[in-house]
Amino acid sequence: MCERRNRLTYEKDNGDGVTTSELFRAEGLAKSYPGVRANDNVSFSVAPGEIHALLGENGAGKSTLVKMIYGLVRPDQGRMSLGGQPHAPADPRAARASGVGMVFQHFSLFDALTVAENIALGMDAPPPRADLSRRITEVSAAYGLPLNPARRVASLSAGERQRVEIVRCLLGNPRLLIMDEPTSVLTPQEAEILFATLRQLAAQGTAILYISHKLDEIRSHCDCATILRQGRVVGTVNPAQHSARELAAMMVGAEMRLVDRSGRQAGEVVLTAAGLTSAAGLEGTALKDVGFQVRAGEILGIGGVAGNGQEELIAALSGETTGRPGTVALDGRDLSAEGPEARRRAGLLAAPEDRLGHAAVPDMSLTENAILTGATRQGLQKHGVIDHRAARSFAEKIIAAFDVRTPGPGTAAGALSGGNLQKYVIGREILQEPRALVVNQPTWGVDAGAAAAIRQALLDLAGRGAAVVVISQDLDELLELSDRFAALNNGVLSAPVPTEGLTLEQVGLMLGGAHGMEVAHVAA
Amino acid sequence: MMEWTTLLLLLSAATPILFAALGEAVAERSGVLNLGVEGMMITGALAGFAAAHATGSPMVGFVAGALAGAALSLIFAVLTQYLLTNQVATGLALTMFGLGLTAMFGKPYEGVKAPSMPGGPLGINWVIWLGLILVPVIWLVLNRTRPGLILRGVGENHEAAHALGYKVRGVRMAAIAIGGALAGIGGAYVSIATVLQWTEGMTAGAGWIALAIVVFAGWSPWGVLAGAWLFGGVTVLQLRLQAAGVAVPVQLLSMAPYLATIIVLVIISARHKYAGGGGTAPGSLGRPFHALR
Repeated sequence: MCERRNRLTYEKDNGDGVTTSELFRAEGLAKSYPGVRANDNVSFSVAPGEIHALLGENGAGKSTLVKMIYGLVRPDQGRMSLGGQPHAPADPRAARASGVGMVFQHFSLFDALTVAENIALGMDAPPPRADLSRRITEVSAAYGLPLNPARRVASLSAGERQRVEIVRCLLGNPRLLIMDEPTSVLTPQEAEILFATLRQLAAQGTAILYISHKLDEIRSHCDCATILRQGRVVGTVNPAQHSARELAAMMVGAEMRLVDRSGRQAGEVVLTAAGLTSAAGLEGTALKDVGFQVRAGEILGIGGVAGNGQEELIAALSGETTGRPGTVALDGRDLSAEGPEARRRAGLLAAPEDRLGHAAVPDMSLTENAILTGATRQGLQKHGVIDHRAARSFAEKIIAAFDVRTPGPGTAAGALSGGNLQKYVIGREILQEPRALVVNQPTWGVDAGAAAAIRQALLDLAGRGAAVVVISQDLDELLELSDRFAALNNGVLSAPVPTEGLTLEQVGLMLGGAHGMEVAHVAA
Repeated sequence: MMEWTTLLLLLSAATPILFAALGEAVAERSGVLNLGVEGMMITGALAGFAAAHATGSPMVGFVAGALAGAALSLIFAVLTQYLLTNQVATGLALTMFGLGLTAMFGKPYEGVKAPSMPGGPLGINWVIWLGLILVPVIWLVLNRTRPGLILRGVGENHEAAHALGYKVRGVRMAAIAIGGALAGIGGAYVSIATVLQWTEGMTAGAGWIALAIVVFAGWSPWGVLAGAWLFGGVTVLQLRLQAAGVAVPVQLLSMAPYLATIIVLVIISARHKYAGGGGTAPGSLGRPFHALR
């Protein structure tokens, strides 16, 4: 069906003289939850040594599918086979025993435990401590993923944490390795190292099932892609032979809107930050003398791996933390000492990254969440009493304008899927027509179609003369959106440079390269 | 021999708290905050006393105390783990339930004398020995064995533990029951070995001190031992001061062990935090877990 890029032939004699080029097969898998058909008649197969992508929007059923393979969820219908044997794991332990390993999207690690303890928990019969530590060191070195078994996981970077997960799987010698959006937290250099490791594994005959929504990544590294839409398989293709646009169209089921950057002109300076210096949050990084200017109609992109001061920066700009006089100004007016409400009134709005908890209150309805930041600018209260009708209509306006899929404005924010809630919290700020808007991770965990809509809305906002600051880990997004780019690394902001002509490579270097990765390996 | 008796008194005064706090530490390491320690202790105190009185054997009393504590804790376990009730509210209710239940069923035992405790090696009774042995044993099991690792994993990140295929609920049920049994033994020690009779509410807040010790000890069995000895030491000291007729109100003296324990432990934990080390709470402590399958 798909051609293997890694030309190593890998055919196994299964004993009765028949060679097989198939390791895993799913036939007619179906799984329903109350009100949702997560998977419906899903069939596909994976060959040994193949890197096979599972592609689809949020809610397309990718996670449910791999959870069934890993024994976390039991299918309602359908069969699976692994290496010619029926595969129906009762729990992850059984799946591991039959040769399936999984690296989770949200790391399934235990912060307070050491690397060795974390790995021992992922094995069914771990060897004694000393042996295990030695094997971790050996295996991690063999795959270019150096790890110190005695370190506490809490002290590791995102890239290193992922290595723990991968090494944990590798120690079980999996035949099929499932990876759920592994590069979403990595720098480009870290991602390259990961792909080198995956190629090495594939060359040894391990099949890899790779979930991602980064189309370029899939096009350049995967041998085969199965595309899911609303729980069904809509196609199996060789991703290298299709453009990113074609793949996205298959995922979404419609032609994707290309982001339109035209029609913007930079005007006068709107937002000025100068000498922002803050204490570190609980687990964050202190800002060190951060300063920049954003003009009307301009988008400034701030890149960097999360935890390098992003949360502190958005807090300093939104007014969550106030600063010394002269550090934050809007249209020449000093707002440094003002809190969020006063800054909103002046026209400086912010959408923080953590949509459940920071940007929205999960247990409150969408209407009530709209009141939280929109009360002043939208006139949602009269004489100190909430005007529920106005609030409701504002919430309905956001839902309509940003295609938020929900039964209605009375729904609790926490009941929305991540992508839908993200559209809602960004839409809530954009529809207030801010003078300047600061967003952090605007499309994190959002599917391709919704992400394009959010990006377009940000561009349109800038087109109407607002100053926009986009803080993101997604470098493609920043290059697509922003007029100027700056990197936030360890609390220090680099001087912004024009995005025009900037390559991903240069951006990666601005971000400080492959955090803590082996330089020798990158060169090799 | 004055010093030896003082030491004995200290060990004895520390024992109920040591048992209860060790049990709570195990439960909290699995991610469960059970504020019902006081209720489980008082239940263990009455059940233990009643069984010891009926059979004449303190040994049977302690077994009964452990069973009663575990039984009460299982009410909490089912409510919080299966019916997903709030752990704080359920724990508080458990304490009130235990106090009320024992006040009612304890009436016939008021004024009855307990059978005498047999001595042990070095004149230290075997329950004290058991408590002392449990400290390294629990430390070893938690930190050096696979069941202990799984228990800590469940307490640290229950989502991840579930994703790896561990039975979060089962581990927690077991940890809660162990916590209840140990609290029950601690309570039985008060009625059978210290006070030698039953009075309503006789555990007198020892369960709350045990809870505080667990936190300030950084969830470590050795820290729990230090906290319990501190409490025992000040208890003996204030008794001596009372006996010597020092001109300090008795109420203040009786308060001293509680106050001193909390003050010292707060100082220790504050210094730990300042130095960047020390114990931190299990990541999933007090959070309900519900798996979707």
